[in-house]
Amino acid sequence: MNWGSWSNFIDMGGRGFYVWGSYLITLVCIVLELGQLSRHKRTLWNRLTQIMKLNKQG
Amino acid sequence: MAINIFKYSSPAAFYPIAGKMIPVFYVLAAILTIVGLYISFLVAPTDATQGEVYRIIFIHVPAAWMSMFIYMIMATWAGLGLILNTRLSSMMAQALAPTGAMFTFVALITGAFWGKPTWGTWWEWDARMTSELILLFLYIGYMSLTAAIDDVRRADKAGAILALVGAVNVPIIYFSVKWWNTLHQGASVSMTRAPSMAKTMLLGMLIMALAAWMYSIAVALSRVRLLMLEREKSSAWVQEVLESKS
Amino acid sequence: MGNVLLSVIRRDLLLAFRRRADVLTTLFFFVIVVSLFPLGVGPEMKTLRLIAPGVVWVAALLASMLSLQRLFAADYQDGTLEQMLLSPQPLGLIVFGKIVAHWMVSGLPLALIAPLLGLQFDLPPEALGILFVALLLGTPILSLIGAIGAALTLGLRGGGVLLSLLVLPLYIPALIFGAGAVEAHIAGVSAEGHLSLLAALLIFSGLATPWVTALALRISME
Repeated sequence: MNWGSWSNFIDMGGRGFYVWGSYLITLVCIVLELGQLSRHKRTLWNRLTQIMKLNKQG
Repeated sequence: MAINIFKYSSPAAFYPIAGKMIPVFYVLAAILTIVGLYISFLVAPTDATQGEVYRIIFIHVPAAWMSMFIYMIMATWAGLGLILNTRLSSMMAQALAPTGAMFTFVALITGAFWGKPTWGTWWEWDARMTSELILLFLYIGYMSLTAAIDDVRRADKAGAILALVGAVNVPIIYFSVKWWNTLHQGASVSMTRAPSMAKTMLLGMLIMALAAWMYSIAVALSRVRLLMLEREKSSAWVQEVLESKS
Repeated sequence: MGNVLLSVIRRDLLLAFRRRADVLTTLFFFVIVVSLFPLGVGPEMKTLRLIAPGVVWVAALLASMLSLQRLFAADYQDGTLEQMLLSPQPLGLIVFGKIVAHWMVSGLPLALIAPLLGLQFDLPPEALGILFVALLLGTPILSLIGAIGAALTLGLRGGGVLLSLLVLPLYIPALIFGAGAVEAHIAGVSAEGHLSLLAALLIFSGLATPWVTALALRISME
């Protein structure tokens, strides 16, 4: 597939907004999911290690 | 083989194994995505009728496939958890749901982005898009129900019933929506491509679908590990894991 | 077995009769919702005739769903449900009996009053007849499928809204075939296809759902 030039590639035959919009939204969804996962992990770890420390003291 | 599986069906045994598998699946997902995108943009040719905008299918179709596939896998795990009374199976089902819902959402949005330039409207009530929307409702129902029940085992089993009822209903719903659509003859548009699809286009979709599958496994395993820690937090093996990391 | 069924139905009907208000509110809800649509859409008879089957059916779905909470709630609260779970009688049979009674009290009235509402939308007499038959076949399906949701959400806070979320997607095939039957007739095509599919759905749900509901009840009551 030979695009000829960068601007052709971005333009996508005049439908650049739709093509890149779709890919962008998908990327955002994936980033959000991974972000939520990592946040969940961090919160859970903090809470569990806290509890563990308290148990050790008490 | 069967004995091996049951050995790893205890969270304590599965936790470290899942931990080792996760990076592998992420790497596979990344590689496949790169290859898939390469094919999608640099190999697959311009389409005769739709020009360049058809390239959205390289996300739309894999996302739609995954949304259906994950629902079936989720229902299977949930069903296994119900029948065999294994905790891990139910946890896998709950770990899969959000990713499945995400792909359903992506399928719907990319479908809209494809529809607007191609057929003029952001939304068409055709059989596949409408069924996809209903699938999203089924996912949301499952996640809402399991979240609303405090007792973990009740949540697992109730969710399993809902997921299985949903799974049985999916073909019925699809058939009825198809019937509804053809009779009302509103949308004669179809999101399925004409049979004469270039081989490279099919290849691109397959590779992207594989990438999505690897990604889903990685995310589901990560989530199930968190679920295991949460649910078994007072058990010895979790204490050991926490100790070793802190 | 027939005895158990009849006594369950009789008991539930008696209890429903004592709380007539509950039953009537569902019916009034149905009537009000149907009447809202012309107010929202405009009084043009041409439009109303078009949307009538769909409107009546959606209102029936919503009214049905509202009444579902009543199916197990009272028995759950006063401990009767626990007794039913312990009873030697098959739970599926008891559940089936409760669903039949529930339908007689919540679904059947909807089917009976729907032709009257159809007149508000200027539907021709034959279409009204089809509407009645479709709802007669369809409302039991709503009760049967809805019972699963009611059993799953037993005792949960926010139960009513959650129940709707779970059950409405599952109602869609009945909605499509039911409303479609009337629309087909109006369009000059036979409604037989739709009604047969609706009947098939009814038989399938009648056979399959009571024991799923029974299982769901056991899970909720553990």
